[in-house]
Amino acid sequence: MNSIILIPPGWFPALMAGAWMTILVALSGFFIGSIFGVLGAWAKISGGRAVRGLADGYTTVLRGVPDLLVIYLFYFGSSVLITSLFGLFGGHGFVSFPGFLAGSLAIGICCGAQHTEVFRGAYQAIATGELEAAIATGMSRRVRFRRIIVPLTLRHAIPGLGNVWQVVLKESALVSVTGIVELMRQTQVGAGSTGLPFNFYVTAAAIYLAISSVSSWSLHFAERYYSRGARI
Amino acid sequence: MDITFIFSTLITLMAAVPLTLQLAALSVLFGTAIAVGLALARTSRIAVLDIPARLYIFCFRGTPLLVQIFLIYYGLGQFSGIRSSFLWPLLREPYWCAILALALNTAAYSAEIIRGGLLSVATGQIEAARACGMSRTMIFRRIAMPLAVRQALPGYGNEIINMVKATALASIITMMEITGVAAKLISETYRPLEVFIAAGAIYLAITFILTRVVMILEGRLGQRLSPSDLTTLGDAG
Repeated sequence: MNSIILIPPGWFPALMAGAWMTILVALSGFFIGSIFGVLGAWAKISGGRAVRGLADGYTTVLRGVPDLLVIYLFYFGSSVLITSLFGLFGGHGFVSFPGFLAGSLAIGICCGAQHTEVFRGAYQAIATGELEAAIATGMSRRVRFRRIIVPLTLRHAIPGLGNVWQVVLKESALVSVTGIVELMRQTQVGAGSTGLPFNFYVTAAAIYLAISSVSSWSLHFAERYYSRGARI
Repeated sequence: MDITFIFSTLITLMAAVPLTLQLAALSVLFGTAIAVGLALARTSRIAVLDIPARLYIFCFRGTPLLVQIFLIYYGLGQFSGIRSSFLWPLLREPYWCAILALALNTAAYSAEIIRGGLLSVATGQIEAARACGMSRTMIFRRIAMPLAVRQALPGYGNEIINMVKATALASIITMMEITGVAAKLISETYRPLEVFIAAGAIYLAITFILTRVVMILEGRLGQRLSPSDLTTLGDAG
């Protein structure tokens, strides 16, 4: 597939820069999401009643509400918040929140709900015997967590995390509504100014496919790496 | 937070619920029809059918839905052949473009769910049907499909819920469904949190009802055929 023939030559570097931004937004969203996921999973596994309820509420709401709505909430919400703070300190007018931060935060919170379930499932997949063996060899709680629980959870979590990553990658297209110039936004600009929407969107689709193929290929290797020594 | 404002927003948003449901229902309906074809092609073991179906699924699952919607809504109009065809009155409308994109998208995901269901049917059951002298189509209609449906139902329920959430993207091509109206209200009132709560509550209610319906269906389909039930039946009889 030769994109250079499909779209005017000058546009290709611009789309590539957009693709780079897409990867950055998706990565930071994924990273923020994994923090939420670890917290959520911890709350669901060993939290008290209130904390567990909070985590359950979080996953239920975020899995039932469209991500676009969450993105709108963050984009407009953060701007309104900042504007009112700005007004508090004597400023005037509307201040917009950096789109990148709002976008990756929104993506992070959306995929955090999926991360929560992935981490929880992965933790529960650890055989009790493995934890008992760690206690029996006299490992402290901290050593047990660092040497046994984290590596084993990670191993079980990788396929699930891979799925979440693929979802995040595609979701990152939605943050184009906040004005971040990532692949989707750049494609819209190109499509609008050249009058070749079909060519541009097909090219964008091909770039997204390439990114997701490369990531699923690397995830395959990560899975192999973290499963070394595992009995199958 | 202003409860009366949330309530009035809720009323305003309610008017957009039928459009969301319509988009979701029609795209699931068309999507399922395509998905069954794709799943059959994928399980046919005939390369000419299998490879295109595989490619279709790969492309639609690997690209964002938004790109697919834009490709159909803005992209197709680029060709004068399409603009002069009999399909143009439909493809010009954002409504049908959204449904087409959503249907093609859900078809790719559902095809894999249905394929999983079909593959889960135990070979013994197919062999038993064959031993009874059933034809291929009859086996599919009476044995493989019902068993596959039962197996695929939980995954399929999730896909329907995903579809309801995905209709939000239709707002980007000017459809005033729940999210579209919500976005308009946010930019008019600058009260994102309240509007989010109202719109979120509606989506959660829809999701909740759908989850219940799928659970009831699952219970019905499962009960009749579960092994424990067969033993109880055997004990009773």
